[in-house]
Amino acid sequence: MTFTHRHLLGIEHLRPEEIVTLLDLAEDYVTLNRSAEKHSDALAGLTQINMFFENSTRTQASFELAGKRLGADVMNMAMQASSIAKGETLIDTAMTLNAMHPDLLVVRHPHSGAVDLLAQKVNCAVLNAGDGRHEHPTQALLDALTIRRAKGRLHRLSIAICGDIAHSRVARSNIMLLGKMENRIRLIGPPTLMPSGIGEFGVEVYDDMAEGLADVDVVMMLRLQRERMDGGFIPSEREYFHRFGLDAEKLSHAKPDAIVMHPGPMNRGVEIDGELADDINRSVIQDQVEMGVAVRMAAMDLLARNQRKLKGAA
Amino acid sequence: MSTTLFTNAKLIDPEAGTVTSGAVVVRNGKIADVLTQNTDLDEDTLAPVNFDHVIDCNRKHLAPGIVDIGVKVCEPGERHKESFGSAGLAAAAGGVTTMVTRPDTDPVIDNPEALEFVIRRAREAAPVNVLPMAALTKGRAGREMTEIGFLLDAGAVAFTDCDHVVGDTKVFGRALTYARSLGALVLGHPQDPGLSAGAAATSGKFASLRGLSGVSPMAERMGLDRDIAMIEMTGAKYHADQITAARALPPLERAKQNGFDITAGTSIHHLTLNALDVADYRTFFKIKPPLRDEEDRLAIAQAVASGLIDVISSMHTPQDEESKRLPFEAAASGAVALETLLPAAMRLFHSDHITLPQLWRAMSLNPAKRLGLDCGRLAPGAPADLVLFDPHAPFVMDRATLHSKSRNTPFDGARMQGKVLATYVAGKSVYQKQ
Repeated sequence: MTFTHRHLLGIEHLRPEEIVTLLDLAEDYVTLNRSAEKHSDALAGLTQINMFFENSTRTQASFELAGKRLGADVMNMAMQASSIAKGETLIDTAMTLNAMHPDLLVVRHPHSGAVDLLAQKVNCAVLNAGDGRHEHPTQALLDALTIRRAKGRLHRLSIAICGDIAHSRVARSNIMLLGKMENRIRLIGPPTLMPSGIGEFGVEVYDDMAEGLADVDVVMMLRLQRERMDGGFIPSEREYFHRFGLDAEKLSHAKPDAIVMHPGPMNRGVEIDGELADDINRSVIQDQVEMGVAVRMAAMDLLARNQRKLKGAA
Repeated sequence: MSTTLFTNAKLIDPEAGTVTSGAVVVRNGKIADVLTQNTDLDEDTLAPVNFDHVIDCNRKHLAPGIVDIGVKVCEPGERHKESFGSAGLAAAAGGVTTMVTRPDTDPVIDNPEALEFVIRRAREAAPVNVLPMAALTKGRAGREMTEIGFLLDAGAVAFTDCDHVVGDTKVFGRALTYARSLGALVLGHPQDPGLSAGAAATSGKFASLRGLSGVSPMAERMGLDRDIAMIEMTGAKYHADQITAARALPPLERAKQNGFDITAGTSIHHLTLNALDVADYRTFFKIKPPLRDEEDRLAIAQAVASGLIDVISSMHTPQDEESKRLPFEAAASGAVALETLLPAAMRLFHSDHITLPQLWRAMSLNPAKRLGLDCGRLAPGAPADLVLFDPHAPFVMDRATLHSKSRNTPFDGARMQGKVLATYVAGKSVYQKQ
């Protein structure tokens, strides 16, 4: 087994063979999750705490379910309602939790780098469930697993990531992961939603959907945050949908068997046409949700194994 | 009449642009004579019996003390971060003989009473010269100008709202015009406030990879362009606090060629570090404006060497651990630098980017000239504010050794070269290396 990390903070520090190890293990969990008895004891006796400093329904549910299926004791903490509101710093919160001896800490935070900071201060394994605009590693891994299952491989594919790249941690993690696995990456979106220095990322950049989608194997749509829709970054919702929303016509430029992905939650009629999102022949959006649980089980399993090794060595 | 002889020294003369072996005679706190190889270094003149004190400099470098424009001392308001006592010790240990302090305290130094408090505290507690700046607008809010006349009378040496840009050009124009009528120097912070709002890093690949909100260096150019137009309109005496981007250099050069009364500074951090040093969200590297790309750093160093940029400042900004141990975007900006200014500047000397006389022109002569002070020179008549240092002495920076109450230095653990051996203010020793 090749996966030597203590934490899963981002894709940036993973090697390609580590990504493959994790995805292979996730395949086993897909099988388990489809069986009648959806249970393993991989995390039995371990405590998992989900700390979400930012609202989340899907990701938190996915992590919670993943932990429970592996037999961990799972606790959810809604951090907005808690001591943070009373002025406690992130570090103090981390130290307090650390004193309770958790084994796995799943953290989402609105600030880039906050999860790295927290990981420096605790003894347990930390999983980044999204930090600011920085990384969302389990999302990129579940996307990778979805692509690998749909396309039969995870290399030499042409993959378009469309929409609000600038504010998206999903985009950053995906660009890194798919780049490491030697795919051709295209970014499509209005220039106001492209990050600075994008020319140095080793990707192709388009501001026209028809051009950018030509002959791609995978179309990955990103969510456009409501607060960015009116006037600030784009003129209006309807102009955005007209130019960058995915519909059947725009998709016709991609390969006939191209798949459509979306990390959810979707804005139907803004970045994606409602009917297309439900088209089971093209859309793998529901598969992504399923792979999410399996990938998170695999990630937590690997981190727990590494932790046992560390403790055994000590 | 007390006389001291500093003998056997390497003298850095920023006016002549030379480093020569020689001696300095100090009488009653002022430099009385500078003796170099070329003049009369004969044994009779240098006979110890002629002096009350003789200091053998051991062939180390003797230079005018550093005049540091833009030091933040956190009195009043945040004395736990830095006091005049602690900042003064740090300055003395760093070879800084004159601290020109910032008014961005809490409350802001925007009235004569607050300024008098600062002057009194500085006199009581700091072993080095302290010259305070005052705010240009009340509360640094950019709406009404301060009592520039009264503040000048009370001892303010310049006027600045620090990192708050006066956004309303009508207010800024009137303040500049009023200041000009009194001959007061105004420090600007060239930065377009809209473009730089909320930025924690310089835009580009690194900021995007780290997911940090970035600002284009163009915001600095735009800010400078605007300020230059305001100087042209008002005829004001203006100093740009920090020029850090290569793109801001051509307009600065043109403004100087046009004969405007403009000078510019930069910070030691922008001269010695770049954007990549932030690495994995190291908040001690978060400063304002943010660290730039390596190309900018080199262009700024070149501009200091050529004299286009006049002044190097420490931009000493103490922050306690609580303000820095936060996610990068939420963490406070600024770094302490009084004690690391000289060793950091030695990096530029050792890398052959800036010579020692050029460095002392920017750290001592030019800031003194700009403020109308007679220090900053190694010449008869100038105050005997001196620093004795060894530019080659190597050490590993340990922030626990700093005299500042706050120890937010980006150089913690860095290998550096250049140690201050002794510092003198008006001929009196204020620091001796143990």
